[in-house]
Amino acid sequence: MASYVEDTELRLGLPGSDAPAARGSKRSLPDQDDEAGDESCCRNGGSASAAKAQVVGWPPIRTYRKNSFQAMKTETTTVEPEASGLYVKVSMDGAPYLRKIDLKVYKGYMELKEALDSMFKCFSQGELSRKEGCNGSEYVISYEDKDGDLMLVGDVPWDMFTSSCKRLRIMKESEARGLEFRQ
Amino acid sequence: MVGRFRWAAMFPDEVWEHVFSFLTSDGDRNAAALVCRNWNRIERRSRKRVFVGNCYSVAPTVAVRLFPEVRAAVIKGKPHFADFNLVPSDWGGGAEAWVEAMAEGWPNLEELRFKRMVVSDDCLDLIARSFKNFKVLSLVSCDGFSTSGLAAIAANCRHLRELNLRESEVEETCLNWISHFPEPFTSLVALDIACLEGEVNASILERLISRCSNIMTLRLNHSVPLERLVGLLQRAPQLMDLGTGKFSARHNPQLFSRLESAIVGCKNLRSLSGFWEPGLTYLPAVYSICEGLTSLNLNYATVQNPELVKIISRCKNLRRLLVMDLIEDSGLVAVASSCKLLQELRVFPSDPYDAAEPVSLTEHGLVAVSAGCPMLHSVLYFCRQMTNAALLTVAKNRPNLTCFRLCIIEPHTRDYVTQEPLDTGFSAIVESCKDLRRLSLSGLLTDLVFKSIGASANYLEMLSIAFAGDGDMGLHYILSGCKNLRKLEIRDCPFGDKPLLQNASKLETMRSLWMSSCSVTLGACRQLARAMPRLNVEVINESGRGPLAAQPDNCPVEKLYIYRTIAGPRTDTPQCVWTV
Repeated sequence: MASYVEDTELRLGLPGSDAPAARGSKRSLPDQDDEAGDESCCRNGGSASAAKAQVVGWPPIRTYRKNSFQAMKTETTTVEPEASGLYVKVSMDGAPYLRKIDLKVYKGYMELKEALDSMFKCFSQGELSRKEGCNGSEYVISYEDKDGDLMLVGDVPWDMFTSSCKRLRIMKESEARGLEFRQ
Repeated sequence: MVGRFRWAAMFPDEVWEHVFSFLTSDGDRNAAALVCRNWNRIERRSRKRVFVGNCYSVAPTVAVRLFPEVRAAVIKGKPHFADFNLVPSDWGGGAEAWVEAMAEGWPNLEELRFKRMVVSDDCLDLIARSFKNFKVLSLVSCDGFSTSGLAAIAANCRHLRELNLRESEVEETCLNWISHFPEPFTSLVALDIACLEGEVNASILERLISRCSNIMTLRLNHSVPLERLVGLLQRAPQLMDLGTGKFSARHNPQLFSRLESAIVGCKNLRSLSGFWEPGLTYLPAVYSICEGLTSLNLNYATVQNPELVKIISRCKNLRRLLVMDLIEDSGLVAVASSCKLLQELRVFPSDPYDAAEPVSLTEHGLVAVSAGCPMLHSVLYFCRQMTNAALLTVAKNRPNLTCFRLCIIEPHTRDYVTQEPLDTGFSAIVESCKDLRRLSLSGLLTDLVFKSIGASANYLEMLSIAFAGDGDMGLHYILSGCKNLRKLEIRDCPFGDKPLLQNASKLETMRSLWMSSCSVTLGACRQLARAMPRLNVEVINESGRGPLAAQPDNCPVEKLYIYRTIAGPRTDTPQCVWTV
């Protein structure tokens, strides 16, 4: 049974095995510290790069707090420029590129539908339509909301829709059928 | 010798059981159980409440068998540093084994409290079906479950009084889980769903609250708009503990006055929290009940100092305050003069990473509160600068501190006036505060501070160390001192094998030890594991170097978790965890 002392003496390790370098933060002596001038220098254990690298788990705050704070930050920064419009991407199944529209420009679902009609006319054979009156039409408009769920356009009041819509997707009716039965 | 204890047999068991029922603390019951075999048997068999600080310290089936009459259990899982993402997500802490054993052996279980455990929907389902008299489910900092599991609880637990999900991560798979509480269900007293990220149907919630006339605690999540809060408050004017949802809306004087009167109507309100995205127009609605508040949690309230002070300075009876550093030093001075009954203060960083616009919260705020609040005993304080002088003053002002957690955001920060390490400051704290139970260190620290802690912190139970110390002696001072140490968690310190091996027996007197990014080698872990069979020595290496069994002794250990156990090595370790 090799004693622990022998095990940690300096010796040639096998190629590929880690040298027993101290993984903890090796602090230099105080008078050699050049930290005074560079407040952003943050030494973390084992890492050579001392730049503004974010240390895992430091400062010790909970993830949910970090997330909710970042969410608050982005909320406050996006709520201000209300005047500049609410742009969302619009994709259509089969179309080679996406479009972007400003939801604030439209007063309701009819206007939105007409706008999308004209935008994507070149890509589709038939007219775009909502879930009712699907005769002869091939497409259905859906959107992704704040929670990341795929929803059918037209269910909720217009204002609620514009505040929760993150992007629009025009999908083939056959694919969309599943959406109606989702809870 | 036997004759001396014959008096224990003079009374029938029921009498002793009745006597023991007056022992409320676990420690007292444990002590009673050690007196003699009779008492051990009687105490064990009549124990109604059990606390398991580490879910792996005892096998669930054993615990259930030893204490057959348990009605309330508290089980804790992952190490504390899991809160800061230092523990791999698949490390363990699964609740299945416990829930299965409890379902078998404790059919009369009424209260179950899990902390930092992974609780699956299947577990929740089993809980919902197994305990006829189930009253309290508390899942604090837990994950692994979804609202579908909650739906099962709601549907089946006919006598549920408390459902607490504080700080848990919940997947939202079942949108209207609250509607699963059946119509005849009226027993709810406390509901804390503040952690839920998705929409909560306020109408269904309103109906639930209406029929639960005993509801005392209601903590909503951010999705509940202010307009709906009014309705909820009107239906539950007996509320004592309220967590609001989003605290802003478009400017609407009618809404404001409705809100204000709804709040005034809650004459028993003692605790307030929530305040997500608070709007300045609506904050004044709470002014009227401030005087009755004993607990105020503003740690989500991103409002500036003036607004915060307007609220807090009205809270003359406050015992507990949680706030962001937006309160600044001047705000804390106001706290010091207004909240003379303050016992606990927590100040969180509003901008922990960028500090683009530094907030004017310094050591002065802490000193002010320590001077002005004579009953202050628990402090959690995030700041960017500190001096030894300030810490000395705090130590002198508040020898009654029981919990002192200081987090100076930048590691290795010196006393900014003298450029010295903060050893003297923290030493003063431990020397002056004789009842200190919990301590978290930060800033530039040498081994000297550990010498003081080891020598003076006689009642210290939990110690957190980060980016501190010079070498092995630091850890040795702690492990050879601190008589009552239970939990020690260390990260990024130059502590190595020697102090661990020299103080191996100390580790069995503690609940657990966590060390990450230190200088411990695999060889020491092997030695420790061999010498101490009643310890589980878990080595966590996530960099995937291959099976640890094949690694040499000098292989550095990334993360180490050692805990005492009578259950032997656990069987549910993931790939990255190896019980040596």
